[in-house]
Amino acid sequence: MDWFINAESTPHKLALMAIAIVLFVVVMGAILFAVDRPKKIPGWVVTVGFLGPAVLGLGFGLVYPGLRTIWSSLFNRNGAEFVGIDNYIAAFTEEQFQVVLRNTLAWVILVPVVATLVGLVYAVLVDRTRYEYLAKTLVFLPMSISMVGAGIIWKFVYEYKPDQPNVNQTGVLNQLLVWIGLEPQQFLLGAPANTFFLIVVMIWIQAGFSMTVLSAAIKAIPDDIVEAARLDGLHGLGMFRYITIPSIRPALIVVITTIAMGTLKVFDIVRTMTGGNFDTSVVANEFYNQSFVIRNQGLGAALAVILFILVVPLVIYNVRQLRMTEEIR
Amino acid sequence: MSAPVNPVGPLVKKGDSDESTPNVSVKKLSRAEKRAIAAKGRLTSKWASFVAIVLAILWTIPTFGLLVTSFRPRADIRSSGWWTLWKDPQLTLENYSEVLFGSSTSFATVFVNSLVVTLPAVVIPISLALLASYAFAWIDFRGRNLLFVAVFALQVVPIQVTLIPLLSQYVQWGVNGSFWAIWLSHSIFALPLAIFLLHNFMKDIPPSLVEAARVDGAGHVKIFFQVLMPLLTPAIASFAIFQFLWVWNDLLVSLTFGNTNTFPLTVRIAELAGTRGSQWHLLSAGAFVSMIVPLIVFLALQRYFVRGLLAGSVKG
Repeated sequence: MDWFINAESTPHKLALMAIAIVLFVVVMGAILFAVDRPKKIPGWVVTVGFLGPAVLGLGFGLVYPGLRTIWSSLFNRNGAEFVGIDNYIAAFTEEQFQVVLRNTLAWVILVPVVATLVGLVYAVLVDRTRYEYLAKTLVFLPMSISMVGAGIIWKFVYEYKPDQPNVNQTGVLNQLLVWIGLEPQQFLLGAPANTFFLIVVMIWIQAGFSMTVLSAAIKAIPDDIVEAARLDGLHGLGMFRYITIPSIRPALIVVITTIAMGTLKVFDIVRTMTGGNFDTSVVANEFYNQSFVIRNQGLGAALAVILFILVVPLVIYNVRQLRMTEEIR
Repeated sequence: MSAPVNPVGPLVKKGDSDESTPNVSVKKLSRAEKRAIAAKGRLTSKWASFVAIVLAILWTIPTFGLLVTSFRPRADIRSSGWWTLWKDPQLTLENYSEVLFGSSTSFATVFVNSLVVTLPAVVIPISLALLASYAFAWIDFRGRNLLFVAVFALQVVPIQVTLIPLLSQYVQWGVNGSFWAIWLSHSIFALPLAIFLLHNFMKDIPPSLVEAARVDGAGHVKIFFQVLMPLLTPAIASFAIFQFLWVWNDLLVSLTFGNTNTFPLTVRIAELAGTRGSQWHLLSAGAFVSMIVPLIVFLALQRYFVRGLLAGSVKG
């Protein structure tokens, strides 16, 4: 029964998958069957039957590990010695982490702002034009593929070949440079510009998300408001500035904060495209590096906690904003 | 993060949720009338259409370029750009056969891994979340609100915080690297969002329906399966698609808890990009092998996908 843990062949893997699903269904069915005796069984047993598995899982997989990580961020690299907040001090003062923090800041500011702007402009432009559906689908497409895939796609766009006679560029961006008479560039090697070329990838992915949400919000602006504004003589940019933007402000804020949260945790793009080398690392990537490559557990834990702390204000702002919108309605 | 959870829900009037899909327009005015109104207010409608199309093409070029490349012979990929294809159109499926069945990559088996990882990681959390959200919505018990807020708040926790302690636990149990560890982790990480979303949908079901069933003597299990489940199918579908894509596209969880035997496509392709970053005939074909399933799901179920995405975009 070794394949039950270490399934190696394809039939074993598929069988294991089927077994896992069936096993799960049987266990859940048994629990439900056991609690389905109205009046014979006290109410709390029913509650535990419905709620127990989920709560148990959350406690085991999120709450307990989270607390342990916070605890171990106060210890040294192998968890043997208590070092207080030394790991945090290191994360905020050491040269190499300064770069990481600066990069993270650039990501968290640029990606939400630019992606939202692009999405907004696009949503307004494309609204009620002829090829709306097709155009939207194309812009939205990157959202469905993995960030690893997106990283590969863009690595190919940035591909560099040395500038010699008889050597053709194979990356589309460098070919453009050559066509307009410039030298081809190593886009991913030179800091600090390389971070911005990575950020472009995330913007490329997230613009579709912001476009979709904002487009839905724009379509929900009541026709009578638009009509009244038009009778008052608002057109084009004026309409955009005084009617569209105020009407979709809540959606704008949700989009920005949501993208910011996603960007904070971005790891796949950096890892696929540069591996965090050439001064492109960000907190989420450095966490992985410290925890699983360098194996400095204390510092890795501290970076994870920093990530956690950075997300919290965004979430609180987001939730408060939504509360307000709901109250106004 | 409820809402981020469903940004459009609260922001757009309820019942308009279909508006969030790209292709639906409001039905009060006819399309022609709308276009006329819109045209008056815009710079010029023609220019807007033109710019929109140009942008859409610009957005697609990177993907298109890699797709074309994946069908070009290996030597051609090295010596010239994909845009020169029209001069000397030579296409081949060799890259795909090498990446799928070649001994160094054998993505065919890795594809199976992705599938084996993904399906249970979608079924399990949804079932658990359905039960839990039923309890939160329709069973009265002490501390219900407190517990619900706690689950809601857990959405904030970045999964990075949990990885090392979970890993050492799995090592202790001896399941480290197995599918079991990956399934369990994905299932748990999906729970807060799933419970929250499904709870919102359950709350929207009129209580009178549940009351009526209760008066008829139905127990919780019967109510759950016969009254609620049929009404929840669209919500479940949306979340299932979202979770499917999330797990299929995930890198971090599988990289941490898997091993060479269980790694899905994302991990192997990231590896390939690191070790053989210049072998574009393998990278391009490999990337599209990993993207084909999400792309099909996306194009076929865009409606549900958009809804699920709007609902779940903050996960992770």
